[in-house]
Amino acid sequence: MPDGRRPWTLTARGARRRALAALVALFALPRRALAQPIMNPAPGVDARTINTPQGALQSILKGAAMRRGRVRLELPSAAENGHSVPMLVRVDSPMSETDYVRRIDLVSEKNPVPLMASFFLGSHMGRAEVESRVRLNGTQRVTALAQLSDGSFWFDAADIVVNESACLDGG
Amino acid sequence: MTARIEVQRDARRGDPVEVRIVIQHPMETGFRYDSLGRQTPRNVIHRFECRYGGVEVFRASMGAGIAANPYLRFFVRAEQSGDIECRWVDQENASGYASARVTVNG
Repeated sequence: MPDGRRPWTLTARGARRRALAALVALFALPRRALAQPIMNPAPGVDARTINTPQGALQSILKGAAMRRGRVRLELPSAAENGHSVPMLVRVDSPMSETDYVRRIDLVSEKNPVPLMASFFLGSHMGRAEVESRVRLNGTQRVTALAQLSDGSFWFDAADIVVNESACLDGG
Repeated sequence: MTARIEVQRDARRGDPVEVRIVIQHPMETGFRYDSLGRQTPRNVIHRFECRYGGVEVFRASMGAGIAANPYLRFFVRAEQSGDIECRWVDQENASGYASARVTVNG
């Protein structure tokens, strides 16, 4: 070879290096995934499943069905940013001793922790209405799930366009 | 932790009384990094509860999905004159307390 290099050796070494890198990556990836802090480990719920919106809903429903209605989730249709978005949830319930709302859960489709909040209500409240401000990581659908005193689940979903999401930019 | 609670002062028995509370707290998500690239640990007010006349009437379990300086507005049915007491705790075990008195007529 004119310049003293032996291309076949280099190629073979390159291939070996690539194979080794792939092997290392194969083992390194799950380790890195495991090293991530476990988010919101609700009691009795597997942290890996609660990190998906469906998992969060299932952890509350535990196999029960949910129907649309009786719940009204109010969010603005668009928000300049996701740092603080006004949220109002209202359930059609007499809030009497025998017929009241037990809990309301807010589930985000895109937040790193889908279960944003759980509100535990009762017959002492007089009105099934809670207002707060939420963080939203981008344009998405938010679900409000309510469980009544008879055990039934009702939900409402609201779509919101978020121009600048929270979470990623220091919010 | 500074907080501001606002409760309707007088109420008629049986009517829902509005409670509004804002707590000064960063509700640190755990996804932020400081200028040196260190992750700021997650610290949110994860538990909030409200008692009226000593009885728990409302409880909230919150995550990083609740905005900084958490604001809550909810209702309590006026039964008898008494204190509406709110307590909360964050993940560093810092707790706070705020209360307001409601006078019930009729």
